[in-house]
Amino acid sequence: MNLEPVAQNLVFGLFVGGLYGIAAVGLSLVFGVQKVLNVAHGSLIMLGGYASFWIFTWYGIDPFLAIAITGPLLFAFGLVLYFGLFRFVTRLREEERIKNSLLISFGLTLVLENVAIQLWTADERAITTSYAGEGTTIGDIAFPYTRVAGLIVAAICVFALHAFLTRTFAGKAIRATSEDWEAASLMGINVQRTYAVAFAIGTALAGIAGALVGVSYLIAPSIGLAWTLKALVVVVLAGMGSIMGAFFAGVLLGLAEALSIYVFGTSYREVVGLVLFVLVLLVRPQGLFGRR
Amino acid sequence: MLASGLAERVAYQRWTRLAKPAVISFFVIAALLVPQFTDRRDTLNLLFLVYLYIAMAQSWNILAGYAGQINLGHAAFFGVGAWTTRGLWTDEDVPFFLAFLMGGLVAMVFAIFFGLVTFRLRGVYFAIGTLALAEALRITVANLLPNIESLPGPTIARYELEPRYYLALGLTLFAAATVWILPRTRVSLGILAVREDEVAAEASGVNPLIHKLIALALSSFFAGLAGATFAFYHVSYYPAFTFSAVWTFDAVLATFIGGIGTVVGPIVGGSFFIIVRERLAVSLVEVHQIFFGVLFIVVVLMLPGGLVEAWFRLRRLVVRLLR
Repeated sequence: MNLEPVAQNLVFGLFVGGLYGIAAVGLSLVFGVQKVLNVAHGSLIMLGGYASFWIFTWYGIDPFLAIAITGPLLFAFGLVLYFGLFRFVTRLREEERIKNSLLISFGLTLVLENVAIQLWTADERAITTSYAGEGTTIGDIAFPYTRVAGLIVAAICVFALHAFLTRTFAGKAIRATSEDWEAASLMGINVQRTYAVAFAIGTALAGIAGALVGVSYLIAPSIGLAWTLKALVVVVLAGMGSIMGAFFAGVLLGLAEALSIYVFGTSYREVVGLVLFVLVLLVRPQGLFGRR
Repeated sequence: MLASGLAERVAYQRWTRLAKPAVISFFVIAALLVPQFTDRRDTLNLLFLVYLYIAMAQSWNILAGYAGQINLGHAAFFGVGAWTTRGLWTDEDVPFFLAFLMGGLVAMVFAIFFGLVTFRLRGVYFAIGTLALAEALRITVANLLPNIESLPGPTIARYELEPRYYLALGLTLFAAATVWILPRTRVSLGILAVREDEVAAEASGVNPLIHKLIALALSSFFAGLAGATFAFYHVSYYPAFTFSAVWTFDAVLATFIGGIGTVVGPIVGGSFFIIVRERLAVSLVEVHQIFFGVLFIVVVLMLPGGLVEAWFRLRRLVVRLLR
């Protein structure tokens, strides 16, 4: 058997996996910190994709640089969503909180998707940069620039988030709140503000993921559900709430999908992830990297 | 004062005892007579959709409203029902009514296996696990059956709307009657106990898995029959469309907006959903989704009993104002 196509496939799996990772990290953060299961995460990714698409189309700003705009933009939108909607569920018990946030964000998905159709039509769009399609080859394996840059950006974001959570005061407040919000509140941490910041960071990460999706995939109003499922699969593989775990689980899923093509063919790529997801939920509910 | 209040109340109760069956029979008779008074296809098509949606909402309501399990894979049963009935009826020449029943039964058998796997998950994990399985099934069906499914020519030539109308109406009445009887049976006590607190139910000797499976079996039976009705009604469709998550999501919306865990809720919600959708569809394409999305969020946050609860609150308010 010729190993070159396999290696090429694995390399692409790695790139895709990085994208899965960054798509899942925000969801994992929000779930881990405030037990809010935001199934509108995929729709936020879609919004981020559109934001960077329009910034690129109108102002000609490179999508990778535009992350400096889309990130804060989505951060602000996350604050609006938190104070407008998700603030109300944080008063509930944990189980009720998860259920109600799932329902609310389901309603939000419908709203976001259809507002996007109204504003930007249902057409599929992609960000085509001047260097799209160019790349370098090592051996006989191609490395397209946009994919390499996407993986690097994703990795930088995740490591920056990790540093933020472990090194800064605000980050430690977020982790303390996620472990025990009552105790954190007694230590003088403003729990509501911490929740708001964590939710906004999660939304910003979705925005960045969306920008990367726009460069290497397609954006359309309807991509939300598929990306939500993808992010959920990764989050469950990693264990709910594990940040670094989510990134590595994303990479793992990308590689697994790439390999599954040889067994089941390309049309079943999505099915492999979904079935893997249900199996992990059944067999190892705490996730591959989770501890319980 | 007290005596007159009591007399009023007795009179009121006597009135409602008579009024309820009267209102129900009025609506049922009116629905039965519609095709006699109009042959406008748009009216019959609209009412067909109303009945189909009420049946789907009602079936989702059995598992979600009474057993407390948020199943986001409900579309799978609709799809299995549609696929079974269409296959038996058009390819195997089984008499329609038998094929119709098989649609519900096969969906139910499928649901039992589905439930044996997914009921190992609790709460929200059950919700996302069922969604994932149903999506996996939809993609698989889209791969295996990529071609559009059409009724054979002779059947199209004989196509009449009226039997479709009555089938959907019958299904809706059957589903509503079942949900009405359900809380009056012994097994529902166990189902409701599981909804309130699974651990406490188990400690009291109620087997949660069995009771959840019973609720799922009923729920999927009606979803399968709804799919079978759809297969009877639609001339041509992509098989994967009947497995689409839209069927689940619309049932969820209709049930919650109407009032989850009641008989009337899905009826109100389903009718409201279709009528508002048709109204809004005249002007713009998908505006109804924005409307229902917002309404759904409002219901979850502020009005957990949906429109039914809103109605009772309004009535209480009016009564208080009149005093």
